[in-house]
Amino acid sequence: MARPTLRRRVPLRRWLLTGLVWGVAILFLIPFLWMISSSLKPNYQIFAVPPQWIPNPPRWENYGEALTTLPFGRYMINTAVIAIVTIIGHLLSCTIIAYAFARLRAPGRDFLFLVVLATMMLPYPVTMVPLYVLFKQLGWINTILPLTAPAYVGSAFYIFLLRQFFLTIPRDFEDAAVIDGANIVQILWLVILPLALPALATVAIFTFQASWNDFLAPLIYLQKPDMYTVTLGLQFFRSTFTTNWAYLMAASLVTALPVIVVFFVAQRFFIEGITLSGVKG
Amino acid sequence: MQLDSRPRRPNRLARREAITFYLCISPWILGFLIFTLGPVAASFGLSFTRWDLLSPPVFTGLRNYTHMRDDKLFWQSLSVTVRYTLMYVPTELVGGLLLALLMNQAGVRGIRAVRTIYYLPTVISGVAFVVVWMWIFNPQAGLINATLARVGIEGPRWLADPNTALTALWMMSLWGLGRTAIIYLAGLKAIPPELYEAAEMDGAGSWPSFVYVTLPMLTPTIFFNLVLSIIATFQTFTSAFVATNGGPLDSTLFFVLYLYRKAFQEFQMGYAAALAWVLFLVILVLTLLVVRSGQWWVYYEGEKR
Repeated sequence: MARPTLRRRVPLRRWLLTGLVWGVAILFLIPFLWMISSSLKPNYQIFAVPPQWIPNPPRWENYGEALTTLPFGRYMINTAVIAIVTIIGHLLSCTIIAYAFARLRAPGRDFLFLVVLATMMLPYPVTMVPLYVLFKQLGWINTILPLTAPAYVGSAFYIFLLRQFFLTIPRDFEDAAVIDGANIVQILWLVILPLALPALATVAIFTFQASWNDFLAPLIYLQKPDMYTVTLGLQFFRSTFTTNWAYLMAASLVTALPVIVVFFVAQRFFIEGITLSGVKG
Repeated sequence: MQLDSRPRRPNRLARREAITFYLCISPWILGFLIFTLGPVAASFGLSFTRWDLLSPPVFTGLRNYTHMRDDKLFWQSLSVTVRYTLMYVPTELVGGLLLALLMNQAGVRGIRAVRTIYYLPTVISGVAFVVVWMWIFNPQAGLINATLARVGIEGPRWLADPNTALTALWMMSLWGLGRTAIIYLAGLKAIPPELYEAAEMDGAGSWPSFVYVTLPMLTPTIFFNLVLSIIATFQTFTSAFVATNGGPLDSTLFFVLYLYRKAFQEFQMGYAAALAWVLFLVILVLTLLVVRSGQWWVYYEGEKR
């Protein structure tokens, strides 16, 4: 609307582009729609060929039945506890560590930062066996500690992300605080944190997503069914009820719902946080 | 006295700053030693032993490594992983970029909603993600084959057929391209608009300005995505574990899945550690090759003279 001449000149191109962008979007939506549709179908419709998109009649009971067959409420609480404890750990540790890497000068700092980056490249399976042995000896199997405790000593990816963000904050703010006699804790709390909210939100959301969807680590460390996370519950459900696709789709949707909701609520921060994280070293 | 103390004060301050730095990062150092360096060293040591977790480990020298030579499943899992990486990494790089270009069309109506839609599947990656696709790939009533049947084509058996299972996993992972795309989008947004204006003034159309402005400016992002993609793809686990459990006929036996079985189902911890080290070396060599190649094709704005 701002440039009417341009619009008149290339209407066809614009229409094509809009069509392409939305066409791909619909392709991305189809699995979701199929999932929702299947979750509401009665059993005789689920294997219908050709596929029916609108369940007739919709069978809402699928949800209640799927979710009471296994204690999914319990699994969700278990997973939420793990996610929250991990988020707190990452926010506490990574903020301080990243701030030190971004602002404080010390011999060996740049080398240590390279080590931080290098740990991101290390494949998880290399440390998987010894960590299992370590946690077993500590008596941490079937507790949430193997999944949460490491968050309290920092995580390379989030340290990297926050450091990049801190580097974009002008130093003047801190200099003024230093002149006023503030110490590092006060600077972090009063000056940096309010400015870094989008980045901190990004760390929180990424961590939530990672905890909610994590599969391998819970699979290794949580062997008691009442400790299961949603992914373990869903996998257990899947291997037990492969034939009942309607239940499976209902359970999958419900377990995916919290991450989708969190994503929608915090979306604005999220995109901003990633954008600012950049990819420059 | 004054001459003496003057250069000493900055020194003392510098020292204080260094001490504060090390205090601040001490949790990371501690964590690095306990959760990374220690386990890496331990896994290296374990890779020369036979250990079932119950009795003490027995030193066996290079036995684990020489055993791999005759281990058919080792070669199968390596081959599956390499083939899958060769399929997936290029599509992730190109597909992610195309998706990011679509996300970057600010003039399109509802582009914010579109961005969310493209990104949404990555939010639910995990078991739910895989389960949806198992249903879509269902040979009888799955969305794909039921649609094909409508036009009279009998679709393949997808995850149930050793010839198509890996391809099906590849198709499924394309649904998660939004993750790569969003990193590209950040890179696209960081390109200064002046460059496009200059290209336009030189009479460049949209294709030349893509080739001569967008692509070169995006090479650091492509590089970043390439490295991350190689590392992540070599560690594929969840999709294979949930969708196929390595089958049919080991056609989707990914390396980490095989390693998991050895460690946590057969309790051959020493052999599993050796497998992990082979994986590590493969990833390391590939990453170093890519990093080395970077100097020929990655363009850093800050370095130009």
